[in-house]
Amino acid sequence: MSILVDKNTRVLCQGMGKAGTFHALGCRDYGTQIVGGVTPGKGGTEKEGIPLFNTVYEAVRKTGANATMVFVPPPGAADAILEAADAGIALIVAITEGIPVLDMARVKRELAKKPGIKLIGPNCPGIITPGQCKIGIMPGYIHKPGPIGIISRSGTLTYEAVFQLSALGLGQSTCIGIGGDPIIGTNQIDALKMFQEDPGTEAILMMGEIGGTAEEEAAAYIKKHVTKPVAAFIAGQTAPPGKRMGHAGAIISGGTGSAGDKIRSLEENGVAVAKSPADLGITVQKMLAGRK
Amino acid sequence: MKIHEYQAKELLAAEGAAVPPGKVVKSVEEALAAFDSFGGSAVVLKAQVHAGGRGKGTFIGSGADFGGVKYLTSREKVGSVAKTMLAFPLQTKQTGPEGQKVSTLLVQKAADIAKEYYLGMVLDRASGLPVMMASSEGGVDIEEVAAHSPEKILKEPVSPELGLAPFQARKLAFELGFKGDQVTQAEGIMRALSKVFLAKDCSIAEINPLVVTKEGCVEALDAKMVFDENALFRHPEIAVLRDETEEDPAELRAARSGLSFVRMDGSIGCLVNGAGLAMSTMDIIKYHGGEPANFLDVGGGASKDQVTEAFRILLSDSRVKAVLVNIFGGIMKCDTIAQAILAAFKEVGFHVPLVVRLEGTNVEAGRKLLADSGLDIVTASGMADAAQKVVDAARKKN
Repeated sequence: MSILVDKNTRVLCQGMGKAGTFHALGCRDYGTQIVGGVTPGKGGTEKEGIPLFNTVYEAVRKTGANATMVFVPPPGAADAILEAADAGIALIVAITEGIPVLDMARVKRELAKKPGIKLIGPNCPGIITPGQCKIGIMPGYIHKPGPIGIISRSGTLTYEAVFQLSALGLGQSTCIGIGGDPIIGTNQIDALKMFQEDPGTEAILMMGEIGGTAEEEAAAYIKKHVTKPVAAFIAGQTAPPGKRMGHAGAIISGGTGSAGDKIRSLEENGVAVAKSPADLGITVQKMLAGRK
Repeated sequence: MKIHEYQAKELLAAEGAAVPPGKVVKSVEEALAAFDSFGGSAVVLKAQVHAGGRGKGTFIGSGADFGGVKYLTSREKVGSVAKTMLAFPLQTKQTGPEGQKVSTLLVQKAADIAKEYYLGMVLDRASGLPVMMASSEGGVDIEEVAAHSPEKILKEPVSPELGLAPFQARKLAFELGFKGDQVTQAEGIMRALSKVFLAKDCSIAEINPLVVTKEGCVEALDAKMVFDENALFRHPEIAVLRDETEEDPAELRAARSGLSFVRMDGSIGCLVNGAGLAMSTMDIIKYHGGEPANFLDVGGGASKDQVTEAFRILLSDSRVKAVLVNIFGGIMKCDTIAQAILAAFKEVGFHVPLVVRLEGTNVEAGRKLLADSGLDIVTASGMADAAQKVVDAARKKN
């Protein structure tokens, strides 16, 4: 089982430049139904066998797409997200890194008016249900279908977790990269709720990092509403305060956002926290064994 | 991106906020001329540095008993204090031990302060909205107030489309205890702060303290602004305000090449793709008994030239005793990173041990390139193995 995406999902790619095209093909090769691309001005043509459209509206009418992957560069990315929402696309996966934060504040307000639309990201690697559908930039081959749901703010750190889990025979139901920006479409609590309700997910691994208080809020939510076992890892225990560590959202400031606070909060609420990034897989394994 | 107090005040003044009269000076002569232009009134000399905590700072090596903010009434003192401020580095709790060189001063007409307030605007991540915060505890560290008396901080969520509404500004002003025409004055400053924050894509904009003078004027005595780096592409007028002398040279050099780099204190240089993995790499080095020298995220689409430049930056730091490359290839292909390593080897020369851990897209091609090169590169098979090997290598180098 899975959340949000499966073999029936029909996906567009907004922004069919070099990166967008490369990854659209990567998804298609994995088995995702890539039904079209959107690049204003290129409508009516095709690229690598993918039909191109001028607008998302037209693409949806012609292809029945119900998901999109946004590769549009930062100056136009927020607008691309709004365009997809306006066209009624139920799942918008925004890969783009570098979108101005206030643009996302405005996008989020608009999307709040459309409860049927889900945004994942921005600044995320995407979402994958192994064996069925990949919308994003993750290397498909490391994933295996299985019972572990993954929620992560990171890209490559997620691959590390998946790699370790797959090696232990612990496949993944769905991996959702929620992104590294301070304002995101789907947060940890949103994802935890979906995994709690998914019959195919038996346990959850949550990968967090410094910045903000989302993991602390998730910890409180887990205690109240999540009965499935949850493990976590928080990156950035060695990060100094006040410095942005790559991700726009990864900054310890105003006395909040430290890794130590998040780890404490999670452990106090029953989450098994891995101490080292080399122990992501075995932490989940031990947790499952302990529960039996 | 940070800017100086005087620049922040100019932005506020452009939106109608009342700021005290002040002149920006770069020499003792200019400081004296500024003092004269105020007709001999008392002035405050304020060192223009990005770091906070100026007032309590010290000018290293000067023997002076004043910090980066000094109230003065005599022309002679203005000259000697300005001389010291421009000659010696200012150390505060937010600069490193070496302090920050001061090349600009703000000579501000001194205000007769009756009361101080805090005013600040920041993005509230939990709600996804900007928020205007105000407190009747001004001039002090707002984080202290937030920690000990959070109820003393008033908050108004700000619409990112409409800005702070006049009624919201009035609500804050009345709750802070402003009276009479001070309410209108405070409202003007609050709305100016909101306008600048939204129009210029700030991440933080603070007026601390916002003061009421004994004459009943409400003004922004100090201002601090930090801008969203992601939005600079649409604000060339803000981007030019960048003061490169305030930035770590390595971090600046890295940023120019599109790399994300933060200097740390240790001896193990790191090159990683992806911020979360890069932070975890720093963490696991420490877990295995080493100290990271830096955070470096080479990103998803890094070119061979970018990676080569990243190596140059790492290897130009004499504290680095070993380097760990940890790459999990998603967009980044392992054979691309391998080619970059080999190119860097040729151009820069590795004088310290290099440990490489590769996994992901094109991993076999990448490993083969490294193996066939015949170069002295230690390969690792997982993060723990990589961390242990690089920590051991750095220890041997010592």
